[in-house]
Amino acid sequence: MTPDWLLASADALAALVPDGASVAIGTDNSGAPMELARALVRRGTRDLHVVCVPIAGLPVDLLIGAGAVATLETSAITFGEYGTPHRFQAAVARGSLRLFDATCPAIYAALEAGRKDIPFIPLRGLIGSDLLKHRPDWKVQDNPFAAARDPIVLLPAIRPDFALIHADYADRNGHVFIGRRRDAALMAQAARHGALVTVEEVREDVDLMADETTAAAALPAIYARAVAIAERGAWPLGLDERYGIDEAHMAHYGELARSDDGFVRYLDTHVAPRRQAAE
Amino acid sequence: MSAVSRQELLIHTIAGLLAGCRSVAVGASSPIPGAGALLARRRAAAETPARRLHVTILGSRRHNAMNSGGVELFDMAAEGRVDAFFLGGGQIDGAANINLVGAGGEYPRMKVRWPGSFGSAYLYHLVPRVILFREEHTRRVMVEKVDFISAAGPRDDGVYRPGGPIGLLTDLCWFDFDRPRRRFVLRSLHPGRTLEEVRDNTGFAFEVAPDLGPTREPDAATLASIRGPVAAELRDAYPRFVDRVFPAAA
Repeated sequence: MTPDWLLASADALAALVPDGASVAIGTDNSGAPMELARALVRRGTRDLHVVCVPIAGLPVDLLIGAGAVATLETSAITFGEYGTPHRFQAAVARGSLRLFDATCPAIYAALEAGRKDIPFIPLRGLIGSDLLKHRPDWKVQDNPFAAARDPIVLLPAIRPDFALIHADYADRNGHVFIGRRRDAALMAQAARHGALVTVEEVREDVDLMADETTAAAALPAIYARAVAIAERGAWPLGLDERYGIDEAHMAHYGELARSDDGFVRYLDTHVAPRRQAAE
Repeated sequence: MSAVSRQELLIHTIAGLLAGCRSVAVGASSPIPGAGALLARRRAAAETPARRLHVTILGSRRHNAMNSGGVELFDMAAEGRVDAFFLGGGQIDGAANINLVGAGGEYPRMKVRWPGSFGSAYLYHLVPRVILFREEHTRRVMVEKVDFISAAGPRDDGVYRPGGPIGLLTDLCWFDFDRPRRRFVLRSLHPGRTLEEVRDNTGFAFEVAPDLGPTREPDAATLASIRGPVAAELRDAYPRFVDRVFPAAA
């Protein structure tokens, strides 16, 4: 019998995300939630508040291009060695995003406050940066414990509604193998409703929490709102345990996403074929 | 051994700037600093007794001193455990302010938008040996005043700031940064480059060191290290860069 935490598809996970929800998305390096992002586009999701942890790339460029994002909080949008995020740049040029430029440790610290459910957290650095001018939600206060003047920045906590994660596998109890990717745990713990997780497979033969070495590499099931299998769910990005980045497809995306028309063709071909077939 | 390439000169120079470090971290999109850190690690290991240099290249699984998620780099910097880091910028100005956000127009709708500030606004304050690194040395990059300050250069504002820039490395030269006086000082010119060329391509005022000299080139053994083991190690994080610049690397 299928357990209650295991849903049929990434599309079933996407159906849990209402318009206007806030979602946390990590970097492109390994375990980017590409199939979940495609499922959100297929659902016609609107007005998302995306928090990048602490930067993001392809899934966020795709969501922006598809018109799913109203607010973007990030320390950078980049494809690294694999091209230019044209949809992000176009949206910035049009002014169609509410943009909250951040810096990586500020996003981590604010999520840390989120998972403690404390209202704010102080962070060093930042003072003198123009980021502060454009972040009215970030405040500078004097350290109340210092004898001499010591200004420090206070950041409001971030508690996204969901963290979106792709991982190698879930075990038979719904614990998710994340290896050293602790950002996935931070995002899931800070998220009010936990993580929506796609995995390459569910391994009935594994109980991650039963062994010290695997328990240290697990996201405990309590932080996962639901799980679904999505084979090659990070494609065209890579997943360290299984496959590398699809460079040819990244180049193809880069060419099409350069223009509005090209991007629509990309969505038709690579994101929405099932829906079109059904119509 | 064939002539020293542009990249090899920079990698060698960076390794020299990292002399004596115990711990170096390299951020996103930084293959040349990554290679410089790996070369410095080899040199430390060749000392007697062998010395360990902890290298963390973001995006590399193997060359990584951390295992607690992305936040660990920032916590480690705050703990005083990151001796050196690299920052660049779409624009860098004469007061060592750096801009990673965009140029022209009014924020947020700038004419040109770059990826974003990454961890610069924090690490610039906390890492003692920040090396500013930008290959392109033109007046559009080296400006009098940046259009957006991602991370502020050292200033006398009473803010906690144990770290900051030691200088700026480009395709033309190396500038020291004089922190108390908040000025760049031209220290060395890469082979074939001239003071006039640096002046023509720099939009900010700078001083010239009385002992201005040439940037030292790597010797044959160093070149062999860069082209062999360093390039091979770098592949873990920057496969495309290695294929392009060091196609012969194993």
